[in-house]
Amino acid sequence: MKELLLIAVSAAIVNNVVFSQFLGICPFLGVSKKTDQAVGMGGAVIFVLTISALVSEFLYRFILVPLHFEYLETIVFILVIAAMVQFVEMFLKKAIPSLYRALGVYLPLITTNCAVLGVALNNVDKYDYGILAGTVNGFATAVGFALALILMAGIREKIEYNDIPKPFRGIAIVLVTSGLMAIAFIGFSGII
Amino acid sequence: MNKYTERLYNGLIKENPTTVMLLGMCPTLATTTSLINGIGMGLCTLVVLVLSNIVISLLRKIIPDEVRIPAFIVVIASLVTIVQFLMEGYFPDLSQSLGVYIPLIVVNCIILGRAEAYASKHSVGLSAFDGIGMGLGFTIALGILGGVRELFGNGTIAGMQIMPKGYVPISIFVLQPGAFFVLAALIALVTYIMSKREQKKREKAAAEAKTKKPVKAKAKPQVQTASCAPSDCAGCAARGGCGVQIFAETARAGLRDNASKQIVNGGEPA
Repeated sequence: MKELLLIAVSAAIVNNVVFSQFLGICPFLGVSKKTDQAVGMGGAVIFVLTISALVSEFLYRFILVPLHFEYLETIVFILVIAAMVQFVEMFLKKAIPSLYRALGVYLPLITTNCAVLGVALNNVDKYDYGILAGTVNGFATAVGFALALILMAGIREKIEYNDIPKPFRGIAIVLVTSGLMAIAFIGFSGII
Repeated sequence: MNKYTERLYNGLIKENPTTVMLLGMCPTLATTTSLINGIGMGLCTLVVLVLSNIVISLLRKIIPDEVRIPAFIVVIASLVTIVQFLMEGYFPDLSQSLGVYIPLIVVNCIILGRAEAYASKHSVGLSAFDGIGMGLGFTIALGILGGVRELFGNGTIAGMQIMPKGYVPISIFVLQPGAFFVLAALIALVTYIMSKREQKKREKAAAEAKTKKPVKAKAKPQVQTASCAPSDCAGCAARGGCGVQIFAETARAGLRDNASKQIVNGGEPA
């Protein structure tokens, strides 16, 4: 239990997926203009990343390893993620329409979120977590992503009204802000 | 500029994937801790991009439209796996330091984006050059970022000591925040240069328009006198308005057209 908690804190805050591992930067920059959009995207990523971490762990342990097809992991994982995003979308549409209305637009974008594939690959290659720890890692990583996204959206809504030097307008000032936030997140590195 | 070099120019400068299109940000930020890492990542992406553009362009008539995205992803993922194993075999150190970002080339938006936007609609040769241009643009941007970060954060470039002995490295440049700051500075610089160039272009155009106007004004009286010389000239009815200069540019243009037509018409019988 303690180990799982350590994995969760490490993935969500200390090794934050955006500020420390640089995964999922495209949606982080793209969908952080409004807070409500950021909440929607964050929710969708938590949902998909947790399931995809679980499914990819299962496939790897019970199909790829016994058949000695480990080298196909990249192809298998990306196809699983793409198929699963479609499946989740259809399932939500039928089963929980209210949740689908909130997250629906963001779901197709998640296929190209490198955090999803990155977590699946890191789980099996870098950390060699088991199924449970891998799923916890996926969930916590997604929580870290949602946290970063929502914080950024809050700041960006304020930045809108500031007088920014012309060349820095748009994405450059967002990157500077992310850099400052990354400095803040480095402060967590002593925790674990 | 023929259409092949135009593709290279497009990828390198006009639609540079890093500074203009803002694609593939994850490897850009993550792997540019040194010049070698940045260029290594850029070249890996270049190889995958060129090959995937070629393959997808070859298959563009076979792949049905409805399943094209999954088909593209399978092609790209296969190519990335091949590149990954080649890297592991031939450049184990670089492969070690790039880590998970090599398999993550699969979800790099540049590659899927070019497949969807260009390679699936154009011939093999053009698609290959498009891939080379885009890949080189990406590699150069990553090289610049990696070089700057390594120089200030470590005092070296490609492992060679550049800064004087007394230089204390600013280690934040090689840490995560440095990636964001240097990329922000690069993008701001490019935006600044682009806007200056645009401004110059606009000024030049305005200056040209100014110098052109007197020429037109000179030409017009000649036209008018030429066309109005015959007493029964219909175009001369509007000349009063033209002389008072209350008519807008369009009206003047219309008058000029009339005048030139009359010259042509008048010239024929003579």
